[in-house]
Amino acid sequence: MSSSTSLDLLPLRQRAEVVAIDWTAISDNEGRRLRALGIETGVQVEKLYKGMFGMNDPIALRVGRMMIAVRKSHARAISVCPVAVTIAA
Amino acid sequence: MSEIAPLIVLAGNPNSGKSALFNALTGARQKIANYPGVTVERKSGHFTFADGRPAELVDLPGSYSLDPTSPDEEVTRSVIMGLQKGERRPDAVILVLDAANLDNHLRFALEVIALGQPVVVALNMMDLAERDGLTLDPARLAKELGVPVIPTVAVRRRGLEDLSAAVEGRLVEERPEAEAVIAKERGHGLSKQAKRIAKLAIVSETAGRRWSERADALFLHPFAGPLILFAVLFVMFQAVFAWSEAPIEMIENASEWVAAAVETNMPGGFFRDFIIEGAIGGVGSVVVFLPQILILFLFILLLEASGYMTRAAFIMDRMMASVGLSGRSFIPLLSSFACAIPGIMATRSISDPRDRLTTILVAPLMTCSARLPVYAIIIGAFIPPRTVGPGIGLQGLVLFGLYVFGIIGAMIVALVLRSTVTKGPNSGFLMEMPKYQLPLMKDILIGLWQRAWIFLRRAGTIIFAATVVLWLLLTFPKVPEDSAMSQVDYSVAGRIANVIAPVVKPIGFNRDIALALIPAMAAREVAVAALATTYAIDATDEEAEARSLTERLQSRWSLPTALAFLAWFVFAPQCISTIAVTRRETNGWKWPAFMVIYLFSLAYAAAGITYWSAVALGL
Repeated sequence: MSSSTSLDLLPLRQRAEVVAIDWTAISDNEGRRLRALGIETGVQVEKLYKGMFGMNDPIALRVGRMMIAVRKSHARAISVCPVAVTIAA
Repeated sequence: MSEIAPLIVLAGNPNSGKSALFNALTGARQKIANYPGVTVERKSGHFTFADGRPAELVDLPGSYSLDPTSPDEEVTRSVIMGLQKGERRPDAVILVLDAANLDNHLRFALEVIALGQPVVVALNMMDLAERDGLTLDPARLAKELGVPVIPTVAVRRRGLEDLSAAVEGRLVEERPEAEAVIAKERGHGLSKQAKRIAKLAIVSETAGRRWSERADALFLHPFAGPLILFAVLFVMFQAVFAWSEAPIEMIENASEWVAAAVETNMPGGFFRDFIIEGAIGGVGSVVVFLPQILILFLFILLLEASGYMTRAAFIMDRMMASVGLSGRSFIPLLSSFACAIPGIMATRSISDPRDRLTTILVAPLMTCSARLPVYAIIIGAFIPPRTVGPGIGLQGLVLFGLYVFGIIGAMIVALVLRSTVTKGPNSGFLMEMPKYQLPLMKDILIGLWQRAWIFLRRAGTIIFAATVVLWLLLTFPKVPEDSAMSQVDYSVAGRIANVIAPVVKPIGFNRDIALALIPAMAAREVAVAALATTYAIDATDEEAEARSLTERLQSRWSLPTALAFLAWFVFAPQCISTIAVTRRETNGWKWPAFMVIYLFSLAYAAAGITYWSAVALGL
């Protein structure tokens, strides 16, 4: 598939795998929260919704079977690689 | 095992149905207190095993991790490890997992199980998981985790007996000392392990969009979403006024009836006056707001339980970011429209300390229900009930304006604070948005009952005490028969007010207002009771006594004074409970002192500007 991009630029409904996270761009506490919500490298995410009135902030993501909200400033620190949608087994 | 009932704690992720399970296991009789020294709620209840043996059950705050990111998570961690002050070491832990969200919830479960405490897993909301097309294998999960796994549906009371039996089975075991084996790499890699186990426990899953996601396509729609939120809030505030009319009238009638009964059945004199004017009049004038408070809380509890509140936070995040806050502040601020106290307590869910402090400091600017009686009586007396447009009454418009005034004030103050005293990098906004759920009536009713009880206790203590003290100060010393002074002027309260009066004179306040402001420090709504008490005591003859408070206000206050009084109450921090809860939540006197000073300064300025503008306009 295509090469990696940052999460904030990922198109809606596109599934992608987290390939790298720039932890230095995120505070310690928020990094811990991000991991607690299941975001780390190797995890698949899908961008579901964007902020209101056409703004790209915040972003609603599907992680596993959960939906979480992140701000664009964090999404920028997360590199993802789009993957083809697989049909669940 | 000693005679002390064993302590069982419920732990789990937020949105795992933990509280519903707690309610199902303990019933409505719950005790809510705070852990000593911290501002985290301790919810406990009683529960009996099949053989009738009692146990104490504690509902721990929902946590994503044992590596804490908030005071709530800190308490959960210490309690489970047996390190929490004021809490015994738990005899067993019930870990509540959402069966439909294993990948995420197993993460926390793995951390807790690694501590080596006796754990039973409640695989909760099994019915919803099945509806989602998931088939799970609890036995396989139990084998992977090494602890008993009991499928439950808390809201239908399914699996509760099995759960209780499993917990009982874990109690007899010798417990090893809890080891502090918090994941060394601060949680890296745990998610992968959780995912691996989840995969093994899931027998089959069918793809298919869940109805919850279809609902989000509408509620989080970039244009329809904000409109729906606005409509929800509009209906909520309408309901607060429309639905409360009948119950308010009932409470008023009841308090009049009690006063009349006391009047006919008690000999006249000091005690009768005390009970009618002080106790029934004072407390009655406050209890009438119970219906409005309950309606507002009903909406807030329903929005929270259904999962919509987090969507509202998502929608509002961008706007809140423009004044340096996040969507997470939206929920506490919305609650503050009912009362700043639960609002300030709800800021515990804000993980960024600066964000949280800013939200606490601006929460009192949201027009709480205690201001309503003050606004209602002044608007009723001074704003003519004419229409200014189709379906728009002037009185309603002024009331709406006061709400808007508070909101705009809060936004400006937040912006100023975020660039001065709470300066710092803009915080993030990280939040789980749980699946929508049909709120369970029982859970909502328990929540409402707890709110009503807190309010009534307040009315019965602080507000009662304040009105009684004021009544005594107004009644003594008795004015001599031959004196030209009125009772109010002669009383202790009158003399105190005479000292304050010059300070508030420049903003158009008369002596009566100065007098009402003193007891209103206890709670804003007391201002109305205080004015009523003052004018009741000052009434020299039967005719004057028969006049309503409204008429008395009209004859003694000018319009600019009334408007200045309204402006004052938009900002004035007149509520001891709010100051006390701010002290508790910020662990010291520094921030409550700051809050009181800045709010009084704003109140003084706003009242002054309003008064002199109104005078200049010739109102």
